[in-house]
Amino acid sequence: MTESSIPAPAATSLTGSSRVKRGLAEMLKGGVIMDVVTPEQARIAEDAGAVAVMALERVPADIRSQGGVARMSDPDLIEAIIAEVSIPVMAKARIGHFVEAQVLQALDVDYIDESEVLSPADYVNHIDKWAFNTPFVCGATNLGEALRRINEGAAMIRSKGEAGTGDVSEATKHIRQITSEINQLKSMTRDELYVAAKELQAPYDLVLEVAETGKLPVVLFVAGGVATPADAAMMMQLGADGVFVGSGIFKSGNPEQRAAAIVKATTFYDDPSVIADVSRGLGEAMVGINVADLAAPHRLAERGW
Amino acid sequence: MTTNLRSESLGTEGQASAGPRVGVLALQGDFREHAHVLSRLGAHVSLVRRPEELDAVDGLVIPGGESTVMDKLARAYGLAEPLKAAIADGLPVYGTCAGLILLADTVLDAIAGQQSLGGLDVVVRRNAFGSQNQSFETDLDIPALGDGPVHAVFIRGPVVESVGPAATPLSALADGRVVAVEQGNLLGTSFHPEITGEYRFHEYFLGKVRDRR
Repeated sequence: MTESSIPAPAATSLTGSSRVKRGLAEMLKGGVIMDVVTPEQARIAEDAGAVAVMALERVPADIRSQGGVARMSDPDLIEAIIAEVSIPVMAKARIGHFVEAQVLQALDVDYIDESEVLSPADYVNHIDKWAFNTPFVCGATNLGEALRRINEGAAMIRSKGEAGTGDVSEATKHIRQITSEINQLKSMTRDELYVAAKELQAPYDLVLEVAETGKLPVVLFVAGGVATPADAAMMMQLGADGVFVGSGIFKSGNPEQRAAAIVKATTFYDDPSVIADVSRGLGEAMVGINVADLAAPHRLAERGW
Repeated sequence: MTTNLRSESLGTEGQASAGPRVGVLALQGDFREHAHVLSRLGAHVSLVRRPEELDAVDGLVIPGGESTVMDKLARAYGLAEPLKAAIADGLPVYGTCAGLILLADTVLDAIAGQQSLGGLDVVVRRNAFGSQNQSFETDLDIPALGDGPVHAVFIRGPVVESVGPAATPLSALADGRVVAVEQGNLLGTSFHPEITGEYRFHEYFLGKVRDRR
Protein backbone atom coordinates (compact mmCIF):
# COMPACT_ATOMS: atom_id res chain seq x y z
CA MET A 1 0.00 0.00 0.00
CA THR A 2 0.94 3.64 -0.18
CA GLU A 3 3.90 4.50 1.97
CA SER A 4 3.64 7.57 4.13
CA SER A 5 7.28 8.43 3.39
CA ILE A 6 6.28 9.94 0.05
CA PRO A 7 5.87 13.69 0.42
CA ALA A 8 2.48 14.99 -0.66
CA PRO A 9 2.75 17.67 -3.37
CA ALA A 10 0.78 20.89 -3.39
CA ALA A 11 -2.69 20.02 -4.60
CA THR A 12 -2.78 22.34 -7.57
CA SER A 13 -3.89 20.77 -10.79
CA LEU A 14 -5.10 22.15 -14.08
CA THR A 15 -7.71 20.61 -16.39
CA GLY A 16 -8.58 21.64 -19.94
CA SER A 17 -5.15 23.09 -20.78
CA SER A 18 -3.85 22.91 -24.35
CA ARG A 19 -1.32 20.34 -23.25
CA VAL A 20 -3.99 18.13 -21.71
CA LYS A 21 -6.34 18.55 -24.69
CA ARG A 22 -3.70 17.94 -27.34
CA GLY A 23 -2.21 15.18 -25.22
CA LEU A 24 -5.20 12.85 -25.64
CA ALA A 25 -4.84 13.11 -29.42
CA GLU A 26 -1.15 12.23 -29.04
CA MET A 27 -2.17 9.03 -27.28
CA LEU A 28 -4.56 8.08 -30.11
CA LYS A 29 -1.79 8.16 -32.72
CA GLY A 30 -1.23 5.06 -34.80
CA GLY A 31 -4.82 4.09 -34.10
CA VAL A 32 -8.24 3.83 -35.73
CA ILE A 33 -11.29 5.81 -34.58
CA MET A 34 -14.53 4.16 -35.66
CA ASP A 35 -18.04 5.59 -36.22
CA VAL A 36 -20.67 3.66 -34.23
CA VAL A 37 -24.43 4.16 -34.00
CA THR A 38 -25.32 1.69 -31.21
CA PRO A 39 -23.68 0.37 -28.02
CA GLU A 40 -23.42 -3.03 -29.74
CA GLN A 41 -21.34 -1.52 -32.53
CA ALA A 42 -19.23 0.31 -29.94
CA ARG A 43 -18.50 -3.04 -28.27
CA ILE A 44 -17.49 -4.57 -31.62
CA ALA A 45 -15.22 -1.59 -32.29
CA GLU A 46 -13.49 -1.79 -28.91
CA ASP A 47 -13.05 -5.56 -29.24
CA ALA A 48 -11.58 -5.09 -32.73
CA GLY A 49 -8.94 -2.66 -31.42
CA ALA A 50 -10.37 0.82 -32.01
CA VAL A 51 -8.52 3.53 -30.02
CA ALA A 52 -11.75 5.54 -29.73
CA VAL A 53 -15.29 5.57 -31.09
CA MET A 54 -17.35 8.35 -32.63
CA ALA A 55 -20.92 8.10 -31.29
CA LEU A 56 -23.58 9.19 -33.76
CA GLU A 57 -27.14 8.40 -34.85
CA ARG A 58 -26.45 7.84 -38.52
CA VAL A 59 -23.18 7.11 -40.28
CA PRO A 60 -22.31 9.59 -43.04
CA ALA A 61 -23.44 7.21 -45.80
CA ASP A 62 -26.96 7.22 -44.32
CA ILE A 63 -26.93 10.98 -43.71
CA ARG A 64 -26.06 11.33 -47.36
CA SER A 65 -28.76 8.96 -48.64
CA GLN A 66 -31.53 10.11 -46.29
CA GLY A 67 -30.88 13.82 -46.60
CA GLY A 68 -32.48 16.43 -44.34
CA VAL A 69 -30.82 18.36 -41.54
CA ALA A 70 -28.26 16.27 -39.63
CA ARG A 71 -27.82 17.27 -35.97
CA MET A 72 -26.10 16.25 -32.74
CA SER A 73 -27.10 12.75 -31.57
CA ASP A 74 -29.62 11.96 -28.83
CA PRO A 75 -27.91 12.27 -25.40
CA ASP A 76 -29.39 8.87 -24.43
CA LEU A 77 -27.52 7.23 -27.30
CA ILE A 78 -24.26 8.99 -26.48
CA GLU A 79 -24.53 8.04 -22.79
CA ALA A 80 -25.33 4.41 -23.65
CA ILE A 81 -22.20 4.24 -25.80
CA ILE A 82 -20.06 5.88 -23.09
CA ALA A 83 -21.39 3.28 -20.63
CA GLU A 84 -20.56 0.42 -22.98
CA VAL A 85 -16.86 1.02 -23.67
CA SER A 86 -13.69 1.95 -21.78
CA ILE A 87 -11.95 3.69 -24.70
CA PRO A 88 -12.52 7.41 -25.41
CA VAL A 89 -15.89 8.40 -26.89
CA MET A 90 -16.17 11.31 -29.32
CA ALA A 91 -19.37 12.93 -30.58
CA LYS A 92 -20.23 15.43 -33.30
CA ALA A 93 -21.61 18.94 -33.04
CA ARG A 94 -22.70 21.03 -36.03
CA ILE A 95 -20.23 23.64 -37.29
CA GLY A 96 -20.79 26.79 -35.23
CA HIS A 97 -23.37 25.17 -32.92
CA PHE A 98 -21.77 26.04 -29.60
CA VAL A 99 -24.80 24.91 -27.61
CA GLU A 100 -24.62 21.39 -29.03
CA ALA A 101 -20.97 21.50 -27.98
CA GLN A 102 -21.97 22.65 -24.47
CA VAL A 103 -24.35 19.70 -24.27
CA LEU A 104 -21.66 17.25 -25.39
CA GLN A 105 -19.27 18.66 -22.79
CA ALA A 106 -21.97 18.24 -20.12
CA LEU A 107 -22.42 14.62 -21.26
CA ASP A 108 -18.69 14.15 -20.53
CA VAL A 109 -17.67 13.00 -24.01
CA ASP A 110 -13.89 12.77 -24.41
CA TYR A 111 -13.64 14.76 -27.66
CA ILE A 112 -16.06 16.96 -29.61
CA ASP A 113 -15.95 16.81 -33.42
CA GLU A 114 -17.12 20.09 -34.95
CA SER A 115 -18.09 18.31 -38.11
CA GLU A 116 -19.04 19.12 -41.67
CA VAL A 117 -20.81 15.73 -41.80
CA LEU A 118 -23.66 17.40 -39.87
CA SER A 119 -25.55 20.38 -41.29
CA PRO A 120 -23.75 23.63 -40.40
CA ALA A 121 -25.52 25.82 -37.82
CA ASP A 122 -23.53 28.95 -38.65
CA TYR A 123 -22.22 29.75 -42.11
CA VAL A 124 -19.86 32.45 -40.84
CA ASN A 125 -18.36 31.43 -37.49
CA HIS A 126 -16.94 28.23 -36.11
CA ILE A 127 -17.22 27.45 -32.39
CA ASP A 128 -14.83 29.27 -30.03
CA LYS A 129 -13.19 26.09 -28.87
CA TRP A 130 -10.95 27.77 -26.27
CA ALA A 131 -14.11 28.31 -24.19
CA PHE A 132 -14.43 24.57 -23.53
CA ASN A 133 -12.76 22.14 -21.14
CA THR A 134 -13.44 19.25 -23.56
CA PRO A 135 -11.03 19.11 -26.51
CA PHE A 136 -12.17 19.53 -30.14
CA VAL A 137 -11.21 17.86 -33.39
CA CYS A 138 -12.03 19.72 -36.61
CA GLY A 139 -11.90 18.90 -40.30
CA ALA A 140 -9.64 20.61 -42.83
CA THR A 141 -8.99 20.29 -46.54
CA ASN A 142 -5.80 22.38 -46.57
CA LEU A 143 -3.19 23.91 -44.27
CA GLY A 144 -4.84 27.32 -43.98
CA GLU A 145 -8.12 25.77 -42.87
CA ALA A 146 -6.28 23.54 -40.36
CA LEU A 147 -4.45 26.53 -38.86
CA ARG A 148 -7.65 28.60 -38.63
CA ARG A 149 -9.26 25.76 -36.66
CA ILE A 150 -6.20 25.47 -34.40
CA ASN A 151 -6.33 29.24 -33.86
CA GLU A 152 -9.94 28.79 -32.71
CA GLY A 153 -8.77 26.16 -30.22
CA ALA A 154 -8.95 22.81 -32.06
CA ALA A 155 -6.66 20.30 -30.30
CA MET A 156 -6.64 17.80 -33.18
CA ILE A 157 -7.16 18.04 -36.94
CA ARG A 158 -8.57 15.47 -39.32
CA SER A 159 -8.40 15.95 -43.03
CA LYS A 160 -11.96 15.88 -44.35
CA GLY A 161 -11.95 13.58 -47.33
CA GLU A 162 -15.49 12.99 -48.54
CA ALA A 163 -17.43 11.23 -45.80
CA GLY A 164 -19.91 8.49 -46.56
CA THR A 165 -18.59 7.65 -50.01
CA GLY A 166 -16.07 4.85 -49.51
CA ASP A 167 -14.03 6.73 -52.13
CA VAL A 168 -10.60 7.52 -50.68
CA SER A 169 -9.55 9.95 -53.42
CA GLU A 170 -10.60 13.11 -51.55
CA ALA A 171 -8.84 11.92 -48.38
CA THR A 172 -5.71 11.43 -50.48
CA LYS A 173 -6.08 14.89 -51.97
CA HIS A 174 -6.44 16.59 -48.59
CA ILE A 175 -3.58 14.86 -46.75
CA ARG A 176 -1.31 15.47 -49.75
CA GLN A 177 -2.40 19.12 -49.85
CA ILE A 178 -1.68 19.66 -46.15
CA THR A 179 1.70 17.90 -46.14
CA SER A 180 2.76 19.62 -49.35
CA GLU A 181 1.88 23.05 -47.95
CA ILE A 182 3.84 22.24 -44.76
CA ASN A 183 6.85 21.28 -46.88
CA GLN A 184 6.63 24.55 -48.79
CA LEU A 185 6.66 26.53 -45.53
CA LYS A 186 9.75 24.65 -44.34
CA SER A 187 11.76 25.94 -47.30
CA MET A 188 10.67 29.58 -46.97
CA THR A 189 12.64 32.47 -45.56
CA ARG A 190 11.12 34.58 -42.82
CA ASP A 191 10.11 37.41 -45.14
CA GLU A 192 8.31 34.91 -47.35
CA LEU A 193 6.42 33.53 -44.35
CA TYR A 194 4.59 36.83 -43.84
CA VAL A 195 3.16 36.52 -47.33
CA ALA A 196 2.47 32.83 -46.81
CA ALA A 197 0.44 33.66 -43.71
CA LYS A 198 -1.57 36.17 -45.70
CA GLU A 199 -2.20 33.68 -48.49
CA LEU A 200 -3.06 30.84 -46.12
CA GLN A 201 -5.38 33.23 -44.23
CA ALA A 202 -3.82 31.91 -41.05
CA PRO A 203 -2.13 33.63 -38.08
CA TYR A 204 1.56 34.38 -38.62
CA ASP A 205 2.64 32.81 -35.31
CA LEU A 206 1.11 29.46 -36.26
CA VAL A 207 2.59 29.65 -39.76
CA LEU A 208 6.04 30.33 -38.26
CA GLU A 209 5.64 27.42 -35.83
CA VAL A 210 4.78 25.03 -38.68
CA ALA A 211 7.71 26.32 -40.75
CA GLU A 212 10.12 25.77 -37.85
CA THR A 213 8.85 22.38 -36.65
CA GLY A 214 7.82 20.96 -40.02
CA LYS A 215 4.51 19.73 -38.68
CA LEU A 216 1.18 20.90 -37.35
CA PRO A 217 1.18 21.83 -33.65
CA VAL A 218 -1.55 19.20 -33.14
CA VAL A 219 -2.09 15.61 -34.23
CA LEU A 220 -3.34 15.09 -37.80
CA PHE A 221 -5.65 12.17 -38.61
CA VAL A 222 -7.22 11.35 -41.97
CA ALA A 223 -10.96 10.84 -42.48
CA GLY A 224 -13.56 10.55 -45.21
CA GLY A 225 -13.70 7.58 -47.55
CA VAL A 226 -11.36 5.08 -45.87
CA ALA A 227 -12.95 1.64 -46.48
CA THR A 228 -10.17 -0.96 -46.68
CA PRO A 229 -6.96 -1.92 -44.84
CA ALA A 230 -4.96 -0.73 -47.85
CA ASP A 231 -6.76 2.65 -47.75
CA ALA A 232 -5.78 3.08 -44.10
CA ALA A 233 -2.16 2.05 -44.72
CA MET A 234 -1.92 4.44 -47.67
CA MET A 235 -3.06 7.35 -45.49
CA MET A 236 -0.43 6.42 -42.90
CA GLN A 237 2.29 6.26 -45.57
CA LEU A 238 1.18 9.70 -46.76
CA GLY A 239 1.91 11.05 -43.27
CA ALA A 240 -1.31 10.67 -41.27
CA ASP A 241 -0.99 10.13 -37.51
CA GLY A 242 -4.02 7.80 -37.58
CA VAL A 243 -7.35 7.26 -39.34
CA PHE A 244 -11.05 7.77 -38.81
CA VAL A 245 -13.26 5.13 -40.41
CA GLY A 246 -16.88 6.20 -40.68
CA SER A 247 -19.30 4.23 -42.80
CA GLY A 248 -16.55 1.91 -44.04
CA ILE A 249 -16.84 -0.64 -41.24
CA PHE A 250 -20.49 -1.04 -40.31
CA LYS A 251 -21.68 -0.63 -43.91
CA SER A 252 -19.52 -3.58 -44.96
CA GLY A 253 -20.28 -7.30 -45.09
CA ASN A 254 -18.22 -8.37 -42.07
CA PRO A 255 -17.69 -5.43 -39.66
CA GLU A 256 -15.80 -7.37 -36.93
CA GLN A 257 -13.19 -8.74 -39.31
CA ARG A 258 -12.86 -5.55 -41.35
CA ALA A 259 -12.45 -3.42 -38.22
CA ALA A 260 -9.67 -5.65 -36.86
CA ALA A 261 -8.01 -5.75 -40.28
CA ILE A 262 -7.95 -1.94 -40.58
CA VAL A 263 -6.42 -1.69 -37.08
CA LYS A 264 -3.61 -4.08 -38.04
CA ALA A 265 -3.00 -2.35 -41.37
CA THR A 266 -2.72 1.00 -39.58
CA THR A 267 -0.01 -0.31 -37.22
CA PHE A 268 1.88 -2.21 -39.95
CA TYR A 269 1.19 0.43 -42.62
CA ASP A 270 4.62 0.00 -44.19
CA ASP A 271 4.52 -3.81 -44.36
CA PRO A 272 2.68 -4.98 -47.52
CA SER A 273 2.77 -8.63 -46.40
CA VAL A 274 0.69 -7.79 -43.30
CA ILE A 275 -1.70 -5.65 -45.35
CA ALA A 276 -2.11 -8.50 -47.85
CA ASP A 277 -2.72 -10.97 -45.07
CA VAL A 278 -5.41 -8.93 -43.29
CA SER A 279 -7.11 -8.05 -46.60
CA ARG A 280 -7.94 -11.69 -47.40
CA GLY A 281 -11.57 -12.83 -47.27
CA LEU A 282 -13.00 -9.64 -45.80
CA GLY A 283 -16.21 -9.94 -47.82
CA GLU A 284 -18.05 -7.00 -49.32
CA ALA A 285 -16.64 -3.53 -48.74
CA MET A 286 -19.20 -0.74 -48.47
CA VAL A 287 -20.78 -0.14 -51.86
CA GLY A 288 -19.50 3.36 -52.22
CA ILE A 289 -20.13 6.39 -54.36
CA ASN A 290 -17.56 7.90 -56.70
CA VAL A 291 -16.89 11.44 -55.55
CA ALA A 292 -16.69 12.49 -59.20
CA ASP A 293 -20.38 11.55 -59.54
CA LEU A 294 -21.41 13.83 -56.65
CA ALA A 295 -22.68 17.24 -57.63
CA ALA A 296 -20.72 19.98 -55.82
CA PRO A 297 -23.63 20.96 -53.48
CA HIS A 298 -23.62 17.41 -52.10
CA ARG A 299 -19.94 17.41 -51.18
CA LEU A 300 -19.58 17.65 -47.41
CA ALA A 301 -15.92 18.71 -47.56
CA GLU A 302 -16.98 22.09 -48.93
CA ARG A 303 -18.72 22.89 -45.65
CA GLY A 304 -16.47 24.87 -43.31
CA TRP A 305 -14.07 27.59 -44.36
CA MET B 1 9.68 6.73 -50.18
CA THR B 2 7.26 8.52 -47.98
CA THR B 3 8.03 6.17 -45.12
CA ASN B 4 11.61 7.40 -44.98
CA LEU B 5 10.34 10.82 -43.99
CA ARG B 6 8.71 9.27 -40.98
CA SER B 7 11.75 7.43 -39.68
CA GLU B 8 13.82 10.60 -40.05
CA SER B 9 11.38 12.37 -37.79
CA LEU B 10 12.56 10.12 -34.97
CA GLY B 11 15.77 12.10 -34.92
CA THR B 12 17.71 8.86 -34.68
CA GLU B 13 19.86 9.47 -37.75
CA GLY B 14 23.47 10.24 -37.04
CA GLN B 15 23.28 9.17 -33.40
CA ALA B 16 26.48 7.74 -32.02
CA SER B 17 26.21 3.97 -31.89
CA ALA B 18 27.97 4.06 -28.51
CA GLY B 19 24.70 4.95 -26.75
CA PRO B 20 22.59 2.18 -25.25
CA ARG B 21 20.23 0.49 -27.67
CA VAL B 22 16.72 1.29 -26.51
CA GLY B 23 13.55 0.11 -28.23
CA VAL B 24 10.18 1.82 -28.11
CA LEU B 25 7.14 -0.41 -28.53
CA ALA B 26 5.51 1.05 -31.65
CA LEU B 27 2.22 -0.80 -31.97
CA GLN B 28 0.19 2.34 -31.19
CA GLY B 29 0.45 5.53 -29.13
CA ASP B 30 2.96 8.33 -28.62
CA PHE B 31 6.05 6.24 -29.39
CA ARG B 32 7.68 9.01 -31.46
CA GLU B 33 7.71 11.34 -28.45
CA HIS B 34 9.57 8.73 -26.38
CA ALA B 35 11.97 8.05 -29.26
CA HIS B 36 12.68 11.76 -29.50
CA VAL B 37 13.48 12.12 -25.77
CA LEU B 38 15.67 8.99 -25.73
CA SER B 39 17.57 10.15 -28.82
CA ARG B 40 18.18 13.54 -27.25
CA LEU B 41 19.67 11.72 -24.26
CA GLY B 42 22.11 9.86 -26.51
CA ALA B 43 20.38 6.49 -26.81
CA HIS B 44 20.37 4.55 -30.05
CA VAL B 45 16.63 4.24 -30.57
CA SER B 46 14.67 1.73 -32.63
CA LEU B 47 10.97 1.04 -32.98
CA VAL B 48 9.78 -2.42 -31.92
CA ARG B 49 6.78 -4.08 -33.57
CA ARG B 50 8.23 -7.58 -34.19
CA PRO B 51 9.73 -10.22 -31.88
CA GLU B 52 13.07 -10.10 -33.73
CA GLU B 53 13.26 -6.33 -33.19
CA LEU B 54 13.08 -6.97 -29.46
CA ASP B 55 16.25 -9.06 -29.63
CA ALA B 56 18.25 -6.03 -30.74
CA VAL B 57 17.62 -3.78 -27.72
CA ASP B 58 19.05 -3.42 -24.21
CA GLY B 59 15.96 -1.69 -22.83
CA LEU B 60 12.38 -0.99 -23.88
CA VAL B 61 9.87 1.82 -23.41
CA ILE B 62 6.15 1.07 -23.63
CA PRO B 63 4.49 4.36 -24.56
CA GLY B 64 1.20 6.02 -23.76
CA GLY B 65 -1.75 5.05 -25.88
CA GLU B 66 -4.62 2.61 -25.61
CA SER B 67 -3.68 -0.44 -23.53
CA THR B 68 -6.45 -2.60 -25.03
CA VAL B 69 -5.08 -2.01 -28.54
CA MET B 70 -1.44 -2.64 -27.61
CA ASP B 71 -2.41 -5.85 -25.80
CA LYS B 72 -4.35 -7.18 -28.80
CA LEU B 73 -1.63 -6.35 -31.32
CA ALA B 74 1.18 -7.67 -29.10
CA ARG B 75 -0.61 -11.00 -28.86
CA ALA B 76 -1.67 -11.10 -32.53
CA TYR B 77 1.89 -10.54 -33.76
CA GLY B 78 3.73 -12.82 -31.37
CA LEU B 79 5.30 -10.12 -29.20
CA ALA B 80 3.56 -10.78 -25.89
CA GLU B 81 5.37 -14.00 -24.94
CA PRO B 82 8.87 -12.78 -25.92
CA LEU B 83 8.16 -9.57 -23.99
CA LYS B 84 7.15 -11.51 -20.87
CA ALA B 85 10.29 -13.64 -21.18
CA ALA B 86 12.49 -10.57 -21.61
CA ILE B 87 10.94 -8.91 -18.55
CA ALA B 88 11.49 -12.08 -16.51
CA ASP B 89 15.08 -12.10 -17.76
CA GLY B 90 15.66 -8.60 -16.37
CA LEU B 91 15.25 -6.39 -19.45
CA PRO B 92 14.84 -2.79 -18.25
CA VAL B 93 11.36 -1.61 -19.25
CA TYR B 94 9.72 1.76 -18.64
CA GLY B 95 5.96 2.09 -19.18
CA THR B 96 3.98 5.35 -19.25
CA CYS B 97 0.20 5.30 -18.77
CA ALA B 98 -0.87 2.42 -21.07
CA GLY B 99 2.67 1.10 -20.61
CA LEU B 100 2.19 1.04 -16.82
CA ILE B 101 -1.05 -0.92 -17.34
CA LEU B 102 0.78 -3.45 -19.52
CA LEU B 103 3.49 -3.89 -16.87
CA ALA B 104 1.06 -4.37 -13.96
CA ASP B 105 0.48 -7.84 -12.56
CA THR B 106 -3.19 -7.00 -11.99
CA VAL B 107 -5.41 -4.60 -13.98
CA LEU B 108 -8.79 -3.34 -12.76
CA ASP B 109 -11.51 -2.03 -15.09
CA ALA B 110 -9.96 -3.91 -17.99
CA ILE B 111 -12.14 -4.95 -20.92
CA ALA B 112 -13.18 -8.60 -21.26
CA GLY B 113 -10.20 -10.73 -22.25
CA GLN B 114 -7.63 -7.96 -21.75
CA GLN B 115 -4.24 -9.23 -20.59
CA SER B 116 -1.16 -7.51 -19.24
CA LEU B 117 2.46 -8.57 -19.59
CA GLY B 118 2.99 -8.22 -15.86
CA GLY B 119 6.23 -7.86 -13.95
CA LEU B 120 5.31 -5.03 -11.58
CA ASP B 121 3.83 -6.30 -8.30
CA VAL B 122 1.02 -3.76 -8.36
CA VAL B 123 -2.72 -3.43 -8.91
CA VAL B 124 -3.47 -0.73 -11.48
CA ARG B 125 -6.90 0.76 -12.28
CA ARG B 126 -7.51 2.00 -15.84
CA ASN B 127 -9.09 5.45 -16.44
CA ALA B 128 -8.96 6.05 -12.70
CA PHE B 129 -9.76 9.76 -12.95
CA GLY B 130 -12.73 9.45 -15.32
CA SER B 131 -13.27 11.02 -18.73
CA GLN B 132 -11.03 13.45 -20.60
CA ASN B 133 -12.71 16.35 -18.78
CA GLN B 134 -10.93 15.11 -15.64
CA SER B 135 -7.51 14.83 -17.32
CA PHE B 136 -5.08 17.27 -15.71
CA GLU B 137 -1.54 18.49 -15.24
CA THR B 138 0.17 19.04 -11.89
CA ASP B 139 3.56 19.14 -10.16
CA LEU B 140 4.86 16.09 -8.28
CA ASP B 141 7.73 15.70 -5.85
CA ILE B 142 9.75 12.65 -6.78
CA PRO B 143 12.69 12.24 -4.38
CA ALA B 144 14.31 9.50 -6.50
CA LEU B 145 14.80 12.05 -9.31
CA GLY B 146 16.36 14.70 -7.12
CA ASP B 147 15.27 18.24 -6.33
CA GLY B 148 12.68 20.18 -8.22
CA PRO B 149 9.12 19.18 -8.97
CA VAL B 150 8.26 16.94 -11.90
CA HIS B 151 5.56 18.45 -14.08
CA ALA B 152 3.18 15.59 -14.82
CA VAL B 153 0.36 15.31 -17.36
CA PHE B 154 -2.36 12.74 -16.67
CA ILE B 155 -4.51 11.84 -19.69
CA ARG B 156 -7.34 9.47 -18.86
CA GLY B 157 -4.58 7.97 -16.76
CA PRO B 158 -4.43 4.93 -14.50
CA VAL B 159 -3.46 4.91 -10.81
CA VAL B 160 -1.66 2.28 -8.78
CA GLU B 161 -4.30 1.11 -6.34
CA SER B 162 -2.00 -1.06 -4.31
CA VAL B 163 1.73 -1.72 -4.27
CA GLY B 164 2.84 -5.25 -3.45
CA PRO B 165 5.92 -6.07 -1.37
CA ALA B 166 8.22 -6.45 -4.39
CA ALA B 167 7.50 -2.97 -5.80
CA THR B 168 8.36 0.50 -4.47
CA PRO B 169 6.21 3.61 -4.90
CA LEU B 170 8.14 6.62 -6.21
CA SER B 171 5.45 9.28 -6.15
CA ALA B 172 1.88 9.93 -5.10
CA LEU B 173 -0.75 12.60 -5.60
CA ALA B 174 -1.80 14.84 -2.72
CA ASP B 175 -4.61 12.39 -1.93
CA GLY B 176 -2.09 9.57 -1.53
CA ARG B 177 -2.80 7.70 -4.75
CA VAL B 178 0.42 6.24 -6.16
CA VAL B 179 1.31 7.34 -9.69
CA ALA B 180 4.91 6.13 -10.14
CA VAL B 181 6.48 2.79 -9.16
CA GLU B 182 9.72 0.91 -9.55
CA GLN B 183 10.69 -2.72 -9.18
CA GLY B 184 14.22 -3.75 -10.10
CA ASN B 185 14.64 -2.92 -13.79
CA LEU B 186 10.97 -1.99 -14.26
CA LEU B 187 9.64 1.55 -14.02
CA GLY B 188 6.06 2.73 -14.47
CA THR B 189 4.31 6.11 -14.38
CA SER B 190 0.63 7.02 -14.70
CA PHE B 191 1.67 10.25 -16.44
CA HIS B 192 3.61 11.28 -19.55
CA PRO B 193 7.08 12.83 -19.08
CA GLU B 194 7.59 12.37 -22.84
CA ILE B 195 5.21 15.21 -23.72
CA THR B 196 6.30 17.80 -21.14
CA GLY B 197 10.01 18.13 -21.85
CA GLU B 198 10.76 16.34 -18.56
CA TYR B 199 13.83 14.17 -19.21
CA ARG B 200 14.67 12.94 -15.70
CA PHE B 201 12.55 9.79 -15.82
CA HIS B 202 14.14 8.76 -19.12
CA GLU B 203 17.61 9.51 -17.73
CA TYR B 204 16.83 7.43 -14.67
CA PHE B 205 15.64 4.62 -16.93
CA LEU B 206 18.74 4.85 -19.16
CA GLY B 207 20.81 4.44 -15.98
CA LYS B 208 19.16 1.05 -15.49
CA VAL B 209 19.86 0.14 -19.13
CA ARG B 210 23.55 1.12 -18.82
CA ASP B 211 23.95 -0.72 -15.52
CA ARG B 212 22.63 -3.92 -17.03
CA ARG B 213 24.81 -3.73 -20.13
